[in-house]
Amino acid sequence: MKKQSYTENELAKDLENQEYKFGFVTNIESDKAPKGLNEGIIRFISAKKNEPDWLLEHRLKAFEIWKTMTEPEWAHVEYVKPDFQDITYYSAPKQTKKYESWDDVDPELKETMSKLGISMEEQQRLTGVAVDFVMDSVSVATSFKEKLKELGIIFCSFSDAVQEHPELVRKYMGSVVPMTDNFYAALNSAVFSDGSFCYIPKGVKCPMELSTYFRINEGGTGQFERTLVVADEGSYVSYLEGCTAPQRDENQLHAAVVELVALESAEIKYSTVQNWYPGDKEGKGGVYNFVTKRGICERNSKISWTQVETGSAITWKYPSCILKGDNSIGEFYSVAVTNNYQQADTGTKMIHLGKNTRSTIISKGISAGKSQNSYRGLVQIHKNADNARNFSQCDSLLMTEECGAHTFPYIECKNSTAKIEHEATTSKIGEDQIFYCLQRGISEEKAIGLIVNGYCKDVLNQLPMEFAVEAQKLLTISLEGSVG
Amino acid sequence: MKTLINIKDLHASINGKEILKGLNLEVKPGEIHAVMGPNGAGKSTLASVLAGREEYEITEGTVDFDGKDLLELSTEDRAREGLFLAFQYPVEIPGVSNVNFLRTALNEIREYNGQEQISAKDFMALVREKSTLVELDSKLASRSVNEGFSGGEKKRNEIFQMAMLQPKLAILDETDSGLDIDALRIVANGVNKLKTPENGAIVITHYQRLLDYIVPDFVHVLYDGKIVKSGSKELALELEEKGYDWIKEELEKAH
Ligand SMILES: Nc1ncnc2c1ncn2[C@@H]1O[C@H](COP(=O)(O)OP(=O)(O)O)[C@@H](O)[C@H]1O
Ligand SMILES: [Mg+2]
Repeated sequence: MKKQSYTENELAKDLENQEYKFGFVTNIESDKAPKGLNEGIIRFISAKKNEPDWLLEHRLKAFEIWKTMTEPEWAHVEYVKPDFQDITYYSAPKQTKKYESWDDVDPELKETMSKLGISMEEQQRLTGVAVDFVMDSVSVATSFKEKLKELGIIFCSFSDAVQEHPELVRKYMGSVVPMTDNFYAALNSAVFSDGSFCYIPKGVKCPMELSTYFRINEGGTGQFERTLVVADEGSYVSYLEGCTAPQRDENQLHAAVVELVALESAEIKYSTVQNWYPGDKEGKGGVYNFVTKRGICERNSKISWTQVETGSAITWKYPSCILKGDNSIGEFYSVAVTNNYQQADTGTKMIHLGKNTRSTIISKGISAGKSQNSYRGLVQIHKNADNARNFSQCDSLLMTEECGAHTFPYIECKNSTAKIEHEATTSKIGEDQIFYCLQRGISEEKAIGLIVNGYCKDVLNQLPMEFAVEAQKLLTISLEGSVG
Repeated sequence: MKTLINIKDLHASINGKEILKGLNLEVKPGEIHAVMGPNGAGKSTLASVLAGREEYEITEGTVDFDGKDLLELSTEDRAREGLFLAFQYPVEIPGVSNVNFLRTALNEIREYNGQEQISAKDFMALVREKSTLVELDSKLASRSVNEGFSGGEKKRNEIFQMAMLQPKLAILDETDSGLDIDALRIVANGVNKLKTPENGAIVITHYQRLLDYIVPDFVHVLYDGKIVKSGSKELALELEEKGYDWIKEELEKAH
């Protein structure tokens, strides 16, 4: 008799057949630097971007520091180290001028965007989201700029910010993630290509979600994005970041730096949905994602990181908060899905410096296939941080017998008034739960979607509405079997 | 007359061990059948096999469900055809609201039957109507499926789901166990109110207590993987009084 319902092994098999759904490449001629990394390349990038001298010096200094550093080895990941001389550090779509209106946008680009499901018209009409689309290293379309301008909000590419608001860039760039911070941050500081810049003036509540879609498009092009968000006193902003990448055979290195500055009583919500090419089912290809994300909180301010990670061959990423000001709050909500041969080592650092500082960490790991999923978290309470509070919850869900989940919580406490709570669970996706759903007439695909989304609810609830819907679909897609 | 379910010579085993050993049972529309028997007789196995739990291997027999070969249908299609199992141990699904779960289920069933998706408004009206019927606190309808429910609440939730999905055939696996008298009355009341001339139920229990509230048309004794005795409600009373040993003795004499 034909077996009709679902087993763990079938699930495992189905998951291995999951191919990357957004694998496509756009053909736009590139203007790129020769491969390799040396002082000359850095000067080339800086000149291409018409940068002021102080920025060129900043880059060169970072390069000198980087040369003395070695790649970190402590993460629970294994990979062939990238050859840094075999990477192209600058590439720009060949465009003579930037687009004035939507009609001017290259039809091929529009096509790309609609494949991504983020057609501009639709975004503008339906959601009121301002989109700054980053294609390779140069921003090619910006919208809602005028409206934001009225409020004094600056939301533009990093390169534009360097030209138009050099004093702000100079003041805050590197103030949260210094170039000496780590190997990848130093590399980024030397060769960063472009990224986004956002400034919210005092007392302004940004009325819309600010959103940037990143995309790696050139084979073998390293991506070194730089994002800086500054929320001035009493302001509020919700910032969305999402991305997808074309199918590739070679590894694509991505080493971004994101810096958030929340001045007194400001609040920044930073949400990420990340879906880079994870490699094929043998584990070949796929994006290396080594990101440094950190925010600093002044008095009474708050930073929330929310991330849903389903892509990349290797992810190395720890969005962190430095709770410098008294009464400041740091939050980290994360869902990390790994499948096939993906490896993820993610987590957060909450550094409590001020009094009455609070942090919350909710991490949900989902491992499928033969993947490895690690949570690594540090909660550090400094000696002046009276009455600091932390709550951490780290849950792991296993879909197969062959995958792995690991939790590495580190706690360093130098103040006896601190209260730190840590909870951790590991569970296997329940055959009983799936059978229960099937018995109610729910298909197995929908059942897994329901169960996984239920498991991640505390994190998904943190995302803005439209983004949450997208994230739920992404979770279902990245775990669905070849059902029906 | 038409039958709702007709089980013939059903043999099923798990891990190479035969549990059902030639079971026969027929339920016609409008009938309630009680299946009683000692622990380990195979009552839950029967429920699981009919629902389509795949660990069981069917080695012999046929099951006709309202004109369809039940054993050829997938678990979800059996449910969509109108077979409902109230679980002996209802499963918790954290983070998934009862309402979302039931709306998904109801829409899947409707889609299968070529009906339109139910509107949010009609759905909520149905939730209110049916939760009143089983005296389920409406707060429970919006909580996560069975998560943190008491034993009695879980059982009541099963009956609530049954009321929402309106199956042709409901199989209640020891829905009475662990219930106090009030809860028992509520559950039984729900089942009685949902009874129509078209649908039917198989009520599995090993106490006759439930049958004071749900009056069965037939009572069967399931023993060692077979229905060994069938009768009217009086059989249940006899079993209550004498236990199962006399059945065993009768069987041994016959051999
Ligand atoms: N996974 C299993 N492997 C082997 N035997 C099992 C398994 N599950 C149940 N059984 C056996 O099947 C028999 C019937 O169990 P069950 O149907 O649960 O009985 P009941 O519901 O009538 O109490 C019991 O002897 C039980 O031990
Ligand atoms: Mg049982």
